[in-house]
Amino acid sequence: MTEVRFGQAINRALIDAMTQDSSVVLFGEDVAEAGGPFGVTRGLLKKFGAERVRDTPISEAAIVGAAVGAAMSGLRPVVEIMFMDFVTLAMDALVNQAAKARFMFGGQVSVPMVVRMPHGGGINAGPQHSQCLEAWLAHVPGLKVVCPSTIADAYALTRAAIDDDDPVVVIENKALYASKGDLPEPPPPVEIGKARTARAGNDVTIVTYGAMVAASLAAAEMLAKDGVNAEVLDLRSLQPWDEAAVLASLARTHRLVVCHEAVEAFGVGAEIVARLADIGFDELDGPLLRVGAPFMPPPFAKSLEDWYRPDAGRIVAAVKRAIA
Amino acid sequence: MAAGQITPLPVELLRLYADMRLIREVEQRLSLLFGDGEIPGFIHLSIGQEAVAVGVVGALRPDDTLASNHRGHGHAIAKGLDLSRFFLEIMGKSEGYCGGRGGSMHVADMAVGMLGANGIVGAGLPIAVGSALAQQLRETGAIACVFFGDGALAEGALHESFNMAALWKLPLLFVCENNGWSEFSPAARQLATEPLKLAETFNIASDRVDGNDVAAVRAAAVAAIEALRAGGGPRLIECKTTRVRGHFEGDPQKYREAGEFDEIGRKDPLKRAADSLRAIGVPEADIAAADEAARRRVDDAVAAARAGTAPRPEAALADVYSPKSSRTAARADAAA
Repeated sequence: MTEVRFGQAINRALIDAMTQDSSVVLFGEDVAEAGGPFGVTRGLLKKFGAERVRDTPISEAAIVGAAVGAAMSGLRPVVEIMFMDFVTLAMDALVNQAAKARFMFGGQVSVPMVVRMPHGGGINAGPQHSQCLEAWLAHVPGLKVVCPSTIADAYALTRAAIDDDDPVVVIENKALYASKGDLPEPPPPVEIGKARTARAGNDVTIVTYGAMVAASLAAAEMLAKDGVNAEVLDLRSLQPWDEAAVLASLARTHRLVVCHEAVEAFGVGAEIVARLADIGFDELDGPLLRVGAPFMPPPFAKSLEDWYRPDAGRIVAAVKRAIA
Repeated sequence: MAAGQITPLPVELLRLYADMRLIREVEQRLSLLFGDGEIPGFIHLSIGQEAVAVGVVGALRPDDTLASNHRGHGHAIAKGLDLSRFFLEIMGKSEGYCGGRGGSMHVADMAVGMLGANGIVGAGLPIAVGSALAQQLRETGAIACVFFGDGALAEGALHESFNMAALWKLPLLFVCENNGWSEFSPAARQLATEPLKLAETFNIASDRVDGNDVAAVRAAAVAAIEALRAGGGPRLIECKTTRVRGHFEGDPQKYREAGEFDEIGRKDPLKRAADSLRAIGVPEADIAAADEAARRRVDDAVAAARAGTAPRPEAALADVYSPKSSRTAARADAAA
């Protein structure tokens, strides 16, 4: 057991993957000399050399497009989009090329590439550096999307993404980079698509991921004081998401709230409650509810951003409606 | 060259002619099949541009990779794709290269390094950058090649790719097929610069050739590829050529001047190659034999394609994702 920060766990995952497989290469804006805007790739240039760890120009379309071509030609590239907001500039490469190559070419080829990108607010970065756009990507057949919330998962999901033969987007919540925790030795592997029970409970299921796992756990503690025992499921993977685990939990609690930092409308939560309204209909004893950001761009000022991001109080309020 | 010695040129030129004739025959047949409703969707023909595909691709090694575009039938055939599977794909049959998932704009054959035609203008360029990077890092000695039209010069992805390939001195051959038309608009209304000027801006060595002269294209490609393999960084060849058909098949081309078509016959790369062959004494029968061989191959391929079957949804669904990777499980086992 070693105590490390979230970013260090990802760094360690990159080191271990690159040590084990020489076809794993890293490129992106300022990932080499500068070690990444959040320090996640620090030290990798020195360890693996300028061939395998390289700084790119500010060219998101070419970064992700080149990852597609490299993956089709024998490499396993891990590329970085500095802020998830900038993925807009790489959407053709991601949506029309990476996601479709295997299907469109009749299964002739796989595209084993990873695109890391930080999402989320909490650092007053404003409307173009704080968005949570994961629903866009989870909506595209051919992509996989993961979003770790713990130190162990930051390591494990990064490794699993690199292991995967398909394009995987690893979403790292910026507010979590500074979080600290234990990384077991050796770090246990996690398969993409498996949720984690962050807190067991019988009265209500809170389905969440990323930075909202901590908020949901805090909400659960508040609820416990009122005698409500909440179960918190950390999805870990958004595409595919662990439908079986969510359904199994609902079958115990019969109440369900989904919480994410992304705007509530048309989000990951909308998909989950729609699906559970179908397959979980017989289990329901209350309304399926969502907690997300209001339908507006992430604001800059501290007072506005604090109000904008969902928190434990809002989750508690939703749970109370769900169990009423 | 000693008198009476057979120079390789006639043989070589006849082969280039035959390769172009095959592409022409394929696309003329595609036009007919499309008109008869045997091809779903829409197709973009490269009739008039065959010298570019044959001249460049013929100079590549089998392990060199190729990223193509929406007008890519010629590139694919020149790379050596199986004609039957090519027609099967374009006719939407399960035995086609892509199981009928892609069609004309997505023909690909990884076995010969053909990384795919592409439905998005300019999208092949970053893919070729990545493929060239892989060749460089893996020290394969192979290069990547990408075809794009003059219309793609207006795409941001092209500028990013030029810059990245030049910065990293990638073994990447950029081939601009300049047919003067961006879909329905002439280049004069689309571009404020020219391909060679753009290449110069990014310090990419470049060359402009008559893209309807197959021998000239090949010579330029051979020289560029030699320089690329020597590690000199990316190169650009601009091939000035002629789009005979519309942007897509069925496009009435009302936007083109009637006079332009008068010149098209004169510019035809096949006619020009045939005239050259006659001028250097290649017998008419040899030319006719090449024409006949192409017809027969296309007849056979079309017959095979007509016998293909409709794709099944279950098989299509199964290819959205790869079979589950065993790598994570293997690590779990190793840790246990």
